[in-house]
Amino acid sequence: MANFTPLSAAIGGGLIGLSAVLLMLFNGRIAGITGIAAGLLDPAGGDRGWRLTFILGLIAAPISVMLLGYTVPGPDMPASLATVAVAGLLVGFGTRLGTGCTSGHGICGLSRLSTRSIVATLIFMAAAMVVVALTRHGIGG
Amino acid sequence: MRALASLLCGYIFGLGLFVSGMIKPSKVLGFLDILAIPSGNWDPSLAIVMAAALAVAGAGYALIRPRTPLLVTQFQWPTQTTIDTPLVAGAVLFGIGWGLVGLCPGPAIENLATVSPSLVIFVVAMAVGMVAHNTWQARGTAVDLVQAHRADG
Repeated sequence: MANFTPLSAAIGGGLIGLSAVLLMLFNGRIAGITGIAAGLLDPAGGDRGWRLTFILGLIAAPISVMLLGYTVPGPDMPASLATVAVAGLLVGFGTRLGTGCTSGHGICGLSRLSTRSIVATLIFMAAAMVVVALTRHGIGG
Repeated sequence: MRALASLLCGYIFGLGLFVSGMIKPSKVLGFLDILAIPSGNWDPSLAIVMAAALAVAGAGYALIRPRTPLLVTQFQWPTQTTIDTPLVAGAVLFGIGWGLVGLCPGPAIENLATVSPSLVIFVVAMAVGMVAHNTWQARGTAVDLVQAHRADG
């Protein structure tokens, strides 16, 4: 397990959990990135201000650490551009259809012990593991 | 004030993804690659991230649930409880896309800061997928429409 980084994982995870608690405490909202982003894209959706600032805060985080002199790794994606585009479509459509992603179901939902979120998280984890098994170890891999 | 609180929350969330390494697709794929367990190359970090996040969020939610939120009149906890076809189908489609490149919506949007061309393509495609879903739902029945506007996250 050469790449295992338990300490930074625990600290980072704690920060993500803290963000979810604070957003509920202040604004009464679930910190689900899918729901927050989709609300911005919906022409009929109101309530845009806090959604936009959440997204801006998310993007500001790596920029601020870059300004402090830390290196932010680029998104290392060896996949072809066509694969990247298809993956983006699937993630966008799938997270809306399933009403949540890794944050909304995986963190906020599991913390509430929501059965829907537990089921969704197990399914998207399993589906992703199957895809990685096929692309890394499957035919031609 | 709500916008400012939300900015802070988004920033803390982004720091969490950065510190944990989950901003990197390769780190996420290293966890999803369970066939790498026998060779010792599996990276369980994402499980630690989830465990820590769940511990903090679980305890925090339990503490604040009996109270009232600070800047709005009431908490908006998700209300849906049924396991339905859209939930299962959506999770399958999302999982396939996530496994293909290792990006889910949070790290994808956060990575816009790096202005990588392939990343921009992913985020644009993701936005198209979300809008396509809304358009598709809007053509359905009124019941479907109500469901489309509910969200767990």
